[in-house]
Amino acid sequence: MIHSLFLINCSGDIFLEKHWKSVVSQSVCDYFFEAQEKAIDVENVPPVISTPHHYLISIYRDKIFFVSVIQTEVPPLFVIEFLHRVADTFQDYFGECSETAIKDNVVIVYELLEEMLDNGFPLATESNILKELIKPPTILRSVVNSITGSSNVGDTLPTGQLSNIPWRRAGVKYTNNEAYFDVIEEIDAIIDKSGSTVFAEIQGVIDSCIKLSGMPDLSLSFMNPRLLDDVSFHPCIRFKRWESERVLSFIPPDGNFRLISYRVSSQNLVAIPVYVKHMISFKENSSSGRFDVTIGPKQNMGKTVEGVVMTVHMPKAVLNMSLSATQGSYTFDPVTKVLTWDVGKITPQKLPNLKGIVNLQSGAPKPEENPSLNIQFKIQQLAISGLKVNRLDMYGEKYKPFKGVKYITKAGKFQVRT
Amino acid sequence: MAASPAYGEEKGGSSSLGEPEYGHDPASGGIFSSDYKRHDDLKEMLDSNKDSLKLEAMKRIVAMIARGKNASDLFPAVVKNVACKNIEVKKLVYVYLVRYAEEQQDLALLSISTFQRGLKDPNQLIRASALRVLSSIRVPIIVPIMMLAIKEAASDMSPYVRKTAAHAIPKLYSLDSDQKDQLIEVIEKLLADKTTLVAGSVVMAFEEVCPERIDLIHKNYRKLCNLLIDVEEWGQVVIINMLTRYARTQFLSPNQNESLLEENAEKAFYGSEEEDAKDAKAEAASLAKRKPYVMDPDHRLLLRNTKPLLQSRNAAVVMAVAQLYFHLAPKAEVGVIAKALVRLLRSHSEVQYVVLQNVATMSIKRRGMFEPYLKSFYIRSTDPTQIKILKLEVLTNLANETNISTILREFQTYIRSMDKDFVAATIQAIGRCATNIGKVRDTCLNGLVQLLSNRDELVVAESVVVIKKLLQMQPAQHSEIIKHMAKLTDNIQVPMARASILWLIGEYCEHVPKIAPDVLRKMAKSFTNEEDIVKLQVINLAAKLYLTNSKQSKLLTQYVLNLAKYDQNYDIRDRARFIRQLIVPTEKSGALNKYAKKLFLAQKPAPVLESSFKDRDHFQLGSLSHLLNAKAVGYQELPDWPDEAPDPSVRNVEVPEWTKCTIREKRKEKVEKPFYSDSEGESGATESADSEPESGSEESGSSSSSGSSSSGSEEEEEEEEEEEEHSEEQSEDKEEEEEKRLKRKEKEGSRKAAPRSVGSPSEEEEEEEGAKKSKKKKALQGRKGRAETSSEEASTSESSSSGSDSGSEAETKRRKAPPSSKAGPKEISLLDLDDFTPPPPQPIPSSSIVSTSLVTDLEGLTLTDTSLTPTLLSPAFGTVKTYELLHRMAGEGLAVEYCFSRRPFPGDPHMVAVQIQISNNTDAEVKNLRVSEPKPLSGMRIQEFPEIESLAPGDTASVVMGIDFCDSTQAANFQLCTHTRHFYVSIQPPVGELMAPVFMSENEFKKEQGKLTGMSEITEKLTLPEKCRSDHAIVQQVTSAANVGRVPCGASNEYRFAAKTVTSGSLVLITLERREGGAAQLTINSEKMVIGTMLVKDISQALAQ
Repeated sequence: MIHSLFLINCSGDIFLEKHWKSVVSQSVCDYFFEAQEKAIDVENVPPVISTPHHYLISIYRDKIFFVSVIQTEVPPLFVIEFLHRVADTFQDYFGECSETAIKDNVVIVYELLEEMLDNGFPLATESNILKELIKPPTILRSVVNSITGSSNVGDTLPTGQLSNIPWRRAGVKYTNNEAYFDVIEEIDAIIDKSGSTVFAEIQGVIDSCIKLSGMPDLSLSFMNPRLLDDVSFHPCIRFKRWESERVLSFIPPDGNFRLISYRVSSQNLVAIPVYVKHMISFKENSSSGRFDVTIGPKQNMGKTVEGVVMTVHMPKAVLNMSLSATQGSYTFDPVTKVLTWDVGKITPQKLPNLKGIVNLQSGAPKPEENPSLNIQFKIQQLAISGLKVNRLDMYGEKYKPFKGVKYITKAGKFQVRT
Repeated sequence: MAASPAYGEEKGGSSSLGEPEYGHDPASGGIFSSDYKRHDDLKEMLDSNKDSLKLEAMKRIVAMIARGKNASDLFPAVVKNVACKNIEVKKLVYVYLVRYAEEQQDLALLSISTFQRGLKDPNQLIRASALRVLSSIRVPIIVPIMMLAIKEAASDMSPYVRKTAAHAIPKLYSLDSDQKDQLIEVIEKLLADKTTLVAGSVVMAFEEVCPERIDLIHKNYRKLCNLLIDVEEWGQVVIINMLTRYARTQFLSPNQNESLLEENAEKAFYGSEEEDAKDAKAEAASLAKRKPYVMDPDHRLLLRNTKPLLQSRNAAVVMAVAQLYFHLAPKAEVGVIAKALVRLLRSHSEVQYVVLQNVATMSIKRRGMFEPYLKSFYIRSTDPTQIKILKLEVLTNLANETNISTILREFQTYIRSMDKDFVAATIQAIGRCATNIGKVRDTCLNGLVQLLSNRDELVVAESVVVIKKLLQMQPAQHSEIIKHMAKLTDNIQVPMARASILWLIGEYCEHVPKIAPDVLRKMAKSFTNEEDIVKLQVINLAAKLYLTNSKQSKLLTQYVLNLAKYDQNYDIRDRARFIRQLIVPTEKSGALNKYAKKLFLAQKPAPVLESSFKDRDHFQLGSLSHLLNAKAVGYQELPDWPDEAPDPSVRNVEVPEWTKCTIREKRKEKVEKPFYSDSEGESGATESADSEPESGSEESGSSSSSGSSSSGSEEEEEEEEEEEEHSEEQSEDKEEEEEKRLKRKEKEGSRKAAPRSVGSPSEEEEEEEGAKKSKKKKALQGRKGRAETSSEEASTSESSSSGSDSGSEAETKRRKAPPSSKAGPKEISLLDLDDFTPPPPQPIPSSSIVSTSLVTDLEGLTLTDTSLTPTLLSPAFGTVKTYELLHRMAGEGLAVEYCFSRRPFPGDPHMVAVQIQISNNTDAEVKNLRVSEPKPLSGMRIQEFPEIESLAPGDTASVVMGIDFCDSTQAANFQLCTHTRHFYVSIQPPVGELMAPVFMSENEFKKEQGKLTGMSEITEKLTLPEKCRSDHAIVQQVTSAANVGRVPCGASNEYRFAAKTVTSGSLVLITLERREGGAAQLTINSEKMVIGTMLVKDISQALAQ
């Protein structure tokens, strides 16, 4: 399946290669570079490239291209999903998935890749298993290892590999047993020029941080489970229980993981917590334009909207912008033409406003389209869909865990057309 | 001492290897010439006793590999650490080994014994990783070892090891595809495995090795369906894809009744809007004729068990289920996948890209499915262009009369985007909507016409092209638009657009009679500056105008044609010449002239604007081939539904035990039991599909005899009525049925031949199995087995024999040097017994060829049991074979032969003594005969014979040289030099010569044999020919084939021999057990499996002669 993997940085250096079958020459990446050049933009590089002898399937994560070489038919998503899993694992191990982190830990990276794939077929991708096989680097461990001469590599088969709960390691022990759930909801929306909602839906996830000893069996129930329209589960969740009782019943992995992700259907009306008043215009035959944007809260259920950031990709003809903000600060990058306005918290009494003059390239035709505004915001202690966790029960262990649920609403792909 | 310094140091060039390496181009191959000392420090560290130093060195080496730097010259130094105690060092050595073994095959062989030991380790992780590495080093010579190891591991206690065995199968297959048949046996065995851990991996192996053997799946189908949800996610993808293909061959199309309806709907949509009520009636009639469709319960089982996986977090799994539903589910149920696919659109952009491609294909076939999610495909300005274009494609596919207004409104926003490629695609999309949906055609056209005044030329050009296509559908009503477009010729510069406008005007010049000649006039003026496609259209326009309005345009046409006549482009010149002949009537012009008008102004069919994703669904969705819209290497076609369902009973899992004494009454009882309702409940609940009684097969037998051949459940109802009516008939059929069952049983038996039989098979079956086994052996020796009873059996045994034949072919190749006929037996004095001191006439040259330290180091890797002190014996030999080294003709009169004297080589007990006989058949004296430039493969050593000063004509000289073959049958290559010539020669030892006899007692022998079981034991059955049944003959043949010593033995029908390999001193124990008749069983126990397997071949060959 996956023949080889090349990691390539933005400047086109191949800084890591790994082969699971016979060695494939680096020159195969030339086809990739060719495609990359053609695409201009990094995100427009086609994920699948066909070359005379191989197929290249690549992903772009954190300024690194993961380019895998394929020789025979394989579902492309299989490879893409796997590559993302590799990137996730690096992130998990080194805290970041950057070129420097990978270079600094090249041996661990190699050991990981060796364990994750056998002959191009995924072997162990579950982070709990990997961590038993290869311990993540920490300063303390490296000191201990250099003194005692012990190694980072485990010599027994991780118990998870054999059990039917491969995600959990055995013999977990904590002094404080805790289980935290973060219900995070993101609003995806497209708002049209007049302020009416073209499209809106809520995408939610429940991220968990479980630090419980032994083999706890948890069940989490909701006040209003019917809200969830479409759900995808971590493999630990017992599907049958959900089908019949709408209860999440599972033996959790140890540590941080995503329990479920869900969608609240677009049929339900989605309350949009902010509104944007905008006036952007470019004058014909003059090298300037006007820009005036106000953001205000709407239906926020008594919670404050905070962390508001607006980013705008201005047309190419824009040279510079001289604006003044009543709140927060703005930056305009004349190279990428991106305007970023960091607003912060919105107070209904004094609505934040950004206005001023746009300088255009003289002689160039006026931009036809007004740029669309991308808004980010956060509302603490609110799940906009109204989803509420009812209770969490634990079976199988005797101790009493500390439980906590946190709600947060964020803007997802929130776009205002102007 | 974490990994961090490793990379840094390397990079910083703090050590000696820093700088030179950077300037060095690994491709130039200069490593060996210029600075071969580069890695000396690393070598030193690897040689040290401290694990920490070794680890450090290995980390630096792995860092080099990771960056694609060549580290192959460190191979010997690294490989000897393969047995290192430190697990991390060991793992890194494995990484290194897998990377470079292919390049340094012979050195890699030295590590094999470590893995072989690892395969027997009590720790399953070590067993598994030994197998993993063993199967990952791509060295063809170890194929038999790998095969054995895989077979062994396939029946390991630990499912993890079995999983690794499944992974190793495709590796071995890619190394040597001749092993296919044996591998299929292993796959079959592993497919029957009940653990989820193995399931995914073995199906992966199945897909890579034998995807065409769909028959292997039957018995495991229900089990796979039931296990699916618990298999790890990657395995799920592979299994689902495979089951999709399987289901397509085994079940009937669930949509066969709907297919007609669907066609109709399509027709109504794409064609005119007129209703075709009469068609509907006809269709209803045809529907009535059809049999009602009932889904096979196994088909249902698959759909039911895959559905929950739509909730997987893994996009690949979701996609796999989606394609399964798309290809297999009844139309009404396909809808469930839409929601899950739409969910994937929130994922990474690469995932979006792939999912959208598939959604685009699906949305053509099943539009209704995605309509509720229309808005999820709306485009954001921040989407990458490739995603935008795909979303657009989906939106266009989803457009219908009810939602077109929303979609068009959305499109309006897109047209103003800054991304011009996207805008162009949007215009195309509008064009497609307009052609597909008659209602909005005018609106779209108006919108597009407005775009003609857009400032962006690309937008205008794209609009022109689309408008041209739209106008072709109804030109009469749109002369205004054509006029408008005519005006555009002044401004638009994009050639494609200009060409389109000219074509339009020419085509519809009758609608714009006043403008057309004027346009031609303008174009004539600028003709020379136009692009080629525009020029062609100008000529076209001129010709059309000449035909319709020759009065106004005659001169212009002449002018244009004249210009074109001298154009640089030959196409244009040709076209001009051709058109002139056609339209301008001259005396010479032929009959075609009359038809010119018809030729040019014929009614042309309007172009159909189709999605590029149309008909892509003949590729399995979600596959690479589908994405590329081209068949990828290794793509398995998705078969069409069969017209008649194949026998569903093949999936019934039978109880392995079968007793022949089935009572007929009993059987009859079973027959009456309804089978499907049973299995439905049972297989749904647990995986215990195999607990179903034989009733399944029985029933199917009876049902086939009852004459109806259509799908099972339908019969079921009839069954009971029929049962009584046909009972007499049936009893007649029973004989026949019995036979059938027997055959099926036999098939069963042959499938289970590889794993030792599951239940407690009846004696007869055992016998049969035994016979089969021996038959295989016979076939192996190239003999005909007895007459086969069933065709299935024949094919399996045949194929397996062909597999092993080709395997042995390779072995025999190595022994290609045939014994020369004139070889007289050479008596070697028994006085040499136990003589280790070198005889004086053979001085040892001081220049050693390879650093001996390496060899001794490597030697240490193979641990032989030191408690045993076997005594080397002088050979108890029969005849000594002589091999030709240099033929008289090739050697220009110099003939050289060699034989293995079977004496310990004086001076070095690890060398094999080779006696060389040189005879000078020339007329002249040959001087300075010597060995030069030995090119031993790594690890091999050659001790040359002392130079022969001169050899008189007709004289013969005999010398002895020593070669350390490192216990491999690789040839030793060197040059034989005379004072005038050099001859390249090579000595290839038969495996039997790589050992020296050992004396041991019977008890010792048994003790050692006890230690060398399992993987190290190779057993072969053979038949002794008549002349070779006496004690003497057997001993003679065995000792002639191999240099072994006889071990005393109590039993009269058993012969034992012992030897140990010359280089490493590993024991080789041979047991030959003579049985009644000519049968015999040969057992070889040796740590060195290569040697063992080859020796078995050699000895059995010798005995067969």
